Amino acid sequence: MNDLVLIRKNLFRRKLRAILMMVSILIAFAIFAVLASFERAFNAGQDRATPDRLVVLNKINFTQPLPISYYNRVAAVDGVAQINHFSWFGGYYQEPRNFVAAFAVDPENWMKLRDSDFVFSPEIRAAFIRERTGVLVGARMMEKWGWKIGDHIPISSNIWSQKNGSHAWDFTIIGSFTARIPQADTNVMVMSYDYFNETRSFGKDLISWLALRTTSVAANERVTNAIDGMFANSPYETRTDSEKAFSKAFAAQLGNIALIVELVVGAAFVTILMIVGNTMVMTVRERTREIGVLKTLGFSGGRILRMVLGESILLALLGGLPGLGVALLLIARVRDSLMSFVPTLSLYPDIVAAAVGLMVVFGIITGLVPALNAMRLNIVTALGRN
Amino acid sequence: MSSPNSPMVGIVDLCKRYTKGKETITIFNGLNLAIPRGDFVAMMGPSGSGKTTLLNLLGGIDRSDTGEIEVASERLDRLSESELSRWRASHIGFIFQFYNLMPMLTAAQNVELPLLLTRLGRKERRQRVETALGVVGLADRVKHYPKEMSGGQQQRVAIARAIVSDPALLLCDEPTGDLDRDTADEILSILQVLNRDLGKTIVMVTHDPAAARYAKRSLHLDKGNFIEKELAA
Repeated sequence: MNDLVLIRKNLFRRKLRAILMMVSILIAFAIFAVLASFERAFNAGQDRATPDRLVVLNKINFTQPLPISYYNRVAAVDGVAQINHFSWFGGYYQEPRNFVAAFAVDPENWMKLRDSDFVFSPEIRAAFIRERTGVLVGARMMEKWGWKIGDHIPISSNIWSQKNGSHAWDFTIIGSFTARIPQADTNVMVMSYDYFNETRSFGKDLISWLALRTTSVAANERVTNAIDGMFANSPYETRTDSEKAFSKAFAAQLGNIALIVELVVGAAFVTILMIVGNTMVMTVRERTREIGVLKTLGFSGGRILRMVLGESILLALLGGLPGLGVALLLIARVRDSLMSFVPTLSLYPDIVAAAVGLMVVFGIITGLVPALNAMRLNIVTALGRN
Repeated sequence: MSSPNSPMVGIVDLCKRYTKGKETITIFNGLNLAIPRGDFVAMMGPSGSGKTTLLNLLGGIDRSDTGEIEVASERLDRLSESELSRWRASHIGFIFQFYNLMPMLTAAQNVELPLLLTRLGRKERRQRVETALGVVGLADRVKHYPKEMSGGQQQRVAIARAIVSDPALLLCDEPTGDLDRDTADEILSILQVLNRDLGKTIVMVTHDPAAARYAKRSLHLDKGNFIEKELAA
């Protein structure tokens, strides 16, 4: 026997109570891990944003368009190294619930701009520039829908229509690409802007936003001021932001995820903290006489404190670790169906590490008061209590 | 530090008071006591006479207001709390009226508890536990939990726990108070053997004159002072 056996035996002396406390903690940490994973996935764009990338949007908001003519004018601004324009297609496959993240871009420039994120073979580069009706589809999207290169796929838009009145475009998949870095999302489709612009029935020569790379991070502020100054007081005023700020604003359209996570997790934690903390106080109080006996035998106050804290930390770990397992299963279960909205949804190792750290803190907080009470317990008083 | 030939217990001019609300109760006022090594003393007296308080003071789990308490060659009134903890672990064995075993531990694990405070290895701890349980006649009950044993058996486990670390002094607080006559006699016989054959000094608080007869001498405590009676061995 050792102290750990003693701690474990104490924890499970009332099995039902211990199990109920562990289930409470399990739920709290499962909620934490799932919501933290969603929060991470929603903000993945911010994480992969590089500091020298800027995004030029309509000043009203990002759903309002900009003229394509801005493309050349912005490209000519001193300090702009690379530039591309994006048009949001608002696509879906077969049914509106089958959301497809699709953009119309300038093929050559887009591949240059995203070369650091994605791997494009020379054949695919050439094909995408050459084939106007062709689309490039990321590896995850190919896998999700079971598509193959050469497939003809009808992609409908919930925004745009063709000149013949149809909302569906028939595209040919001419190539696929994979991620060069883990954060890069390949659940995406890109098409040629020229083809899209010619065939749509309205919104001609308009784009959704411009994305550019500056010559250096130091040039960001100067480039931002030059672009926004150039279009001030025009019908299409611009707001130039860093890519990170853009991604954050985009995620904010879905609600303040971080705030939701903090509120839900916070409420769950405080509630469970109080329940577990109160139960720990009662548990130790019930053992007052036994603690008195241990002290009589020669166990020091410090050792008693460590044993009670060890018990509450063990409880937190025994409840929290299965909670992470439950979160892992939940995420695996919903990942495919939510791939279009949160493509990078996953239980990342740093979330697991943070959760384990939180379990230890949780254990210390819930165990501290009863541990201090036990440490300070007067032996004569303890032995006199029946 | 006193010499090894000094008495096991030496109390000089001990004062102990309790404050209860606005009232101060004096338990001892200038108490003196000497218990030689190898003695077996039964402490008797009416309720509230200070028997258990004295036992607590001898075991270093309560503190005097003034006076000197020397037990097993150590001045307890000069030790800090952590020093007292270490001292208790190696010098004192406690036996309580209600056994005070840990309900979630087996007999062997209960007996092993004091040895967790030593540097003994697992194997040696197990040997000592087996020996201690053998001394009290419970070698076949090592894996039994307290709820699976009778009161007498639980008290024997408690005695094994008290002697497993080989302390010089056993302090027993009404060790037979919760037992029937026959079982009480068995427990008292074990204490007598521990005193006679293993040389343990025993101080036993009891209300039972029959139990006191197992001791070498009896001290009657009344209003904070002793009246000594010699008993036939």
